[in-house]
Amino acid sequence: MAVVFERPKALADIPTHYCPGCTHGIVHRILCEVIDEMGIEGDTVGVCPVGCSVMAYDYFNCDMIEAPHGRAPAVATGVKRTNPDKFVFTYQGDGDLAAIGTCETVHSATRGENIVVIFINNTIYGMTGGQMAPTTLPGQVTQTTPFGRDPKLAGYPVRVCEMLSTLTGTALAQRVAVDSVAHVREAKKAIRKAFENQKAGRGFSIVEVLSTCPTNWGLTPVEAIKRLQDEMIPYYPLGVYKDITADEEGNK
Amino acid sequence: MTTEILLAGFGGQGVLFAGKILAYCGLMDSKELSWLPSYGPEMRGGTANCSVCISDEPIGSPLVLTPDLLIAMNQPSFDKFINAVKPGGKVFIDSTLIDASECTRDDIEVFAIPSTQLADENELKGGSNIILLGKLIKETGLFTLETMKKTIEKVVPPTKAQLIANNFRAIELGMNS
Amino acid sequence: MERNLMKGNEALAEAAIRAGCKCFFGYPITPQTELAAYMAKRMNKAGGVFLQAESEIAAINMVLGAASTGVRAMTSSSSPGVSLKAEGISYIAGSDLPAVIINVQRGGPGLGGIQPSQADYWQATKAVGHGDFHLLVFAPSSVQEMVDMVIKAFDTADKYRMPAMILADGLLGQMMEPVSFPEITANNVDKSSWAADGHKNSREHHIINSLYLQPDKLEKSVKERFERYETIKATETDAELYLTEDCDILLTAYGATARVVKSAVNAAREQGIKAGMLRPKTLWPFPVKELNEACKTASCILDVEMSMGQMVDDVKLAINCSKPVHFYGRTGGVIPTPAEVLEEIKKYGGAK
Repeated sequence: MAVVFERPKALADIPTHYCPGCTHGIVHRILCEVIDEMGIEGDTVGVCPVGCSVMAYDYFNCDMIEAPHGRAPAVATGVKRTNPDKFVFTYQGDGDLAAIGTCETVHSATRGENIVVIFINNTIYGMTGGQMAPTTLPGQVTQTTPFGRDPKLAGYPVRVCEMLSTLTGTALAQRVAVDSVAHVREAKKAIRKAFENQKAGRGFSIVEVLSTCPTNWGLTPVEAIKRLQDEMIPYYPLGVYKDITADEEGNK
Repeated sequence: MTTEILLAGFGGQGVLFAGKILAYCGLMDSKELSWLPSYGPEMRGGTANCSVCISDEPIGSPLVLTPDLLIAMNQPSFDKFINAVKPGGKVFIDSTLIDASECTRDDIEVFAIPSTQLADENELKGGSNIILLGKLIKETGLFTLETMKKTIEKVVPPTKAQLIANNFRAIELGMNS
Repeated sequence: MERNLMKGNEALAEAAIRAGCKCFFGYPITPQTELAAYMAKRMNKAGGVFLQAESEIAAINMVLGAASTGVRAMTSSSSPGVSLKAEGISYIAGSDLPAVIINVQRGGPGLGGIQPSQADYWQATKAVGHGDFHLLVFAPSSVQEMVDMVIKAFDTADKYRMPAMILADGLLGQMMEPVSFPEITANNVDKSSWAADGHKNSREHHIINSLYLQPDKLEKSVKERFERYETIKATETDAELYLTEDCDILLTAYGATARVVKSAVNAAREQGIKAGMLRPKTLWPFPVKELNEACKTASCILDVEMSMGQMVDDVKLAINCSKPVHFYGRTGGVIPTPAEVLEEIKKYGGAK
């Protein structure tokens, strides 16, 4: 019988600890599909963050390193600089990448570190139980913004792709979402492009994935997808913010 | 026996470099030695000094507090360190820049050389430090002229051959002054 | 062997390169900056990686990344910068990674000063970061020892899969002394059983990790580490004993301070006072056995440090407070003089 659907080889065959309706599983899967399609699992080293995906080292079959909170891009820099022939990616949430680790994020981008950063933006701290993230939307209720995020008090959300697209070292900054089949396909294409960039030595590639957190948003998985579409995408428009290959193609 | 040397002056007068030459001379002569600079903001134009110890035995504390030999290249350094010199010690000063007339010590020997003036007259700008070194080795016998010349050939990069010749002239000027 | 004249900071760097260090990540701070500058000049030519990181925090995590792949990695800093590295060092220890960290100490706390100090003894030997763990801590007292101990630190760190620190100070970092580089026989410890450098589809994936959410598993991993520590305490201590056979008063000092103390001990002997010195070369593990041996004939101990008194605690513990232990220290960047130490020796040991 022809097999039409199976688990990617790079994805371990064990149950994850993620909540029902969480989109981490989708992103793990498409990342592993890309690793399989490129045939690079044996030459890939992944770096996990602190946050909900802290234990992702158990789910990916490539070699994995667990980094201190926010330091994944620095750890990845250490790996890549000493092993330039390996594929290196980080997998980070919004608190890890855009709050405690902003310095490492910005500087690895501006150095043009030849790594891939997968950035899960779900506008909330999941692991610690639903506190304000740097990407929490104005008005959004969290444990630490119980009356809704008031930018006067708590400041404004960070738009990471827009910010990093201003840096010369960034090769790709693209925001995608995993709320629909079409968007998931788009997301996978972006991740593939990021890894191809690394293969070609083009520099720092970040794929920001708008994701859901039904548990901490207090919504059902279906409602959560709807919130992503109705509230997040308008604030964080999808698209390519920087792509040096597009420029190269445009010059042809 | 350990010879403790203190070199002091303004940043830019080549105090640390002169100390390095003495340290290298010690290396050439297979002596034990140490070189310790003052470091910090004073490196950026204020007063600088360095401690050099030359010995037949391993050096204990490399910090020279009571020197046997003092090279002073400006007035503040002279005033600061002259009373720290050990009885019987020798002091070498640039008399173009230092007025030593108020020094009352009679238990030390002070050699006043107008080294800045000598350097200028002989087109050896910046050579005042090396002139004083020349005088130091002549009066103390700490190192031979040959050792010092070999040292200069080692520490001055070959691409700057003219500097080697200038430094040789500066040493001889100091020895003959 | 050829003698070179080098600054301590430069000698540390050259020794690391010769010991097979393949990458250096650092951030400028006085008084250790010459080390990074030397690495910048030499490392790439030696086939390794030099990278100036955006912070001390990033630098230690780059070390974590490189060490995870089995590469010999190093970072260096001075006191305030080492505080910033504390987090990463704890993760490195918790992940059982070998790495070398240099601390060219300066005065503290806070921004403190830039002159030599030994006020980070507690930090290095007791609490460089959170959690139950130790670092190997080596304390050189000369530029030559900086070379020898860097090589030893890499080898020992590899052997026990743990971080090692060279605890130096601004005086040793800045001074020049003759130094020789020993022939280094490649010490290729096999790291293939744990290194995360790509499995090449030929083995299970490796995970470098310090997270254990089950208390019993975390306890087990910590206990296993502490069993290793017992082996290290039994086999890796090192100390210099100077004129201790017949001493009436034993001085204890490490690093640059031990040079001052040695001068003072010599001066005391000239005056007929039987002084001796024990100089720990490893601060962790602390040379307990050597200290007990050295103080056999002594009626008291005088500990001298460039701090308000930190190692003195370990001295008391090592002898179970069986003898009076006095302390003399200068801090904030002030270097004690041999004359000051001699006065203290006379106070406690010259009353016969």
